[in-house]
Amino acid sequence: MGQRGPASIVGRGNADGGRLFREWFDRLNQAAEAGKPSAYVFVMGSLAELLGAFDFPIVFPEINSLQTAVRRVAHEYLTEAEDYGYSPDICGYVKADVAVQLRGGQHPMGRIPKPGIAVYTNACNTYIKWAEIWERMYHVPTFTIDVPGSRAAGLKPGRGDRDFENDRRYVAAQLEELIPVCERVSGVRFDIDRLREHMAYANAMSAAWREVLALNRSRPSVFSALSDGTIYLGVSNGFRGTAAGAAYFQDLVQEMQYKADHGIGTLTDEKYRLLFVGVPCYPIFRRFGELFTEWGGTFVGSTYLWFASGGSHLGFQYDLGRPLESLAEGLLINVREAMDAMFFQTQALAGMIDDFAADGVVFHPIKSCRTVSTGLADNRRALMAARDVATLFIESDLMDRRVVSEAQLKNRVDAFFEGLASRKQQAVLGSRFSVLGDSPAPTQNRQPTTDNR
Amino acid sequence: MAYAAGVDVGSTQTKAVIIDESKRILARSLVDTGANVTRAAEHAFQEALQAGDLREEEVEYVVGTGYGRYKVTFGNTQVTEISCHGRGAVHLFPNTRTVLDMGGQDTKAIRVAPTGEIVDFCMNDKCAAGTGRFLGAAASALELNLSELGPTALRGERPVKISTTCTVFAESEVLSWLGKGKKTEDILLGVHQSIAQRSVGLLRRVGIDPEVTFTGGVARNLAMIAALNERLGLTVNVSDESHYIGALGAALFALDHILASRAPAKAGQEAS
Repeated sequence: MGQRGPASIVGRGNADGGRLFREWFDRLNQAAEAGKPSAYVFVMGSLAELLGAFDFPIVFPEINSLQTAVRRVAHEYLTEAEDYGYSPDICGYVKADVAVQLRGGQHPMGRIPKPGIAVYTNACNTYIKWAEIWERMYHVPTFTIDVPGSRAAGLKPGRGDRDFENDRRYVAAQLEELIPVCERVSGVRFDIDRLREHMAYANAMSAAWREVLALNRSRPSVFSALSDGTIYLGVSNGFRGTAAGAAYFQDLVQEMQYKADHGIGTLTDEKYRLLFVGVPCYPIFRRFGELFTEWGGTFVGSTYLWFASGGSHLGFQYDLGRPLESLAEGLLINVREAMDAMFFQTQALAGMIDDFAADGVVFHPIKSCRTVSTGLADNRRALMAARDVATLFIESDLMDRRVVSEAQLKNRVDAFFEGLASRKQQAVLGSRFSVLGDSPAPTQNRQPTTDNR
Repeated sequence: MAYAAGVDVGSTQTKAVIIDESKRILARSLVDTGANVTRAAEHAFQEALQAGDLREEEVEYVVGTGYGRYKVTFGNTQVTEISCHGRGAVHLFPNTRTVLDMGGQDTKAIRVAPTGEIVDFCMNDKCAAGTGRFLGAAASALELNLSELGPTALRGERPVKISTTCTVFAESEVLSWLGKGKKTEDILLGVHQSIAQRSVGLLRRVGIDPEVTFTGGVARNLAMIAALNERLGLTVNVSDESHYIGALGAALFALDHILASRAPAKAGQEAS
């Protein structure tokens, strides 16, 4: 790739991400019009590499659902599902998808094709019940891959370990069962070289994703793990194992490296470096981010970018010489990592605080998802015991505007920053009390970026 | 002599406090917030000025706090009530390490450093369960004034078990106990114990480190103090100024500004 100037590099990841997203949904729309069977998958263990080898259009219902929230129409979908009989307590992602199905695939970004098959792991307990809905609606095959998780925090056995080898064989056996089902539904014969091709692209993407995340160690940080990172994450999922995805991430590394080299940060004045734990608040996505950027706070890391990328932040590289065996190993390691990012995140966060020079950690449990939220209060206390770090615990939702109170969120966020300001001032001056009013002055502090979503 | 003021615009009531350079409270005022938040803030401030026999221009710096802090249009800056309650509590009780602030619509558990810096805090979630509003709903169902709640509850001997702290269901739960022939004082004792239980759960999320100081409007309720003491197994600090601690904390921050503006810049301070 030739040398490019800042005008064409900075913000390219966001612009290209938006474009790729629209192209992806256009293809889904065409598949829906053609009545082509699609593969419904989830972000934690999508197996896009394998499904791509069968030419399935790949649908991520989680992404479809969050898009209704970002586009501020989630309430219409949630209400429709609730009118149909789903409880307000059920995950908002599930309900928005149910409404999409009830509407014959109609979605703000086009029409979503019906499922021909659903393939998913046990990384989220809701995945299994969710797929049963499609099974009942469309009488399509659903295939659960049971991926063993970590037995305990920090216990990550690898090759050669007896438990690990058993787990790998267990996952590999399930993949071997899946292949003939995919052949039957798609009408495409399995071609191991095509699988290799997709795995090679996935390798390039995983390595780049890891590099991008690491580049945010830069000061100032080169992207917001909350806002920009979510765009990159969308491409990471939607284009996993594709040439377009690999090219995008190659460009993204270049952009982040350029920004790091030239000291180009996300904010005009980066005062606080934060980590985010949980799932974003999509109903007020932009405003939620502003609550932090107004104070000069930027998110340098996020567990969401770990687990919602299916653990691909590890940069796991498939061995193309033994593709099926390696696919099983990758699925096992990545999904295990994704689950650890939800349940056993304390050690990783403590490491991030050190590596990324983080000033604070924001825990964001959500009403929709007990899977990622249960235990966050304990995790927060464990982290505070491990590191002298400021934390914030705020609750809202990923989909449902009815349980998002912006005024209450702002109050808590403001108090969090007042505490951070006080910490910083005391560290510098050793004064008895900080003059809080000197530090706040929430202002417009976001660097202009291209956001075409 | 410099004077500093704090105006705490809460969901139910607005409080103003004026202090002098020695951090002595010169004047305080309390008004209902009502629908016009800006007017309530002005009203409270003017009443405090009047009580302190001061002119507006004599007050050098005003800090707004509470939910309506951005509506304190005459204020110089804003600080959240979380920081202000922590600061005010440590000022009145220097050994305070944990603060429980029970207000009209929310309850806050705050852990503070010896310096008054906020170490950690937790608040009730979006609903008003277990807050002062719950007591208000119970009072309404029992046709009592808020000031009668505490003394009545303290006469209770056999508290009922309140199964909900949901403010919406408070009245129906109270009425159902009345229907079962329970005494008003026993019902109210149960209500206070239920809220205390929930508040202690909130405190546990930040860690209960003595001394514990109880602030906010509900801190005037003797039955709630007793219920918290029993539940915590210690005696919480309560000041006559409990209701004003948010405004007091805001006034102390305002005084910091005044003093900081007078102090010569230290080496390193400019760089910061």
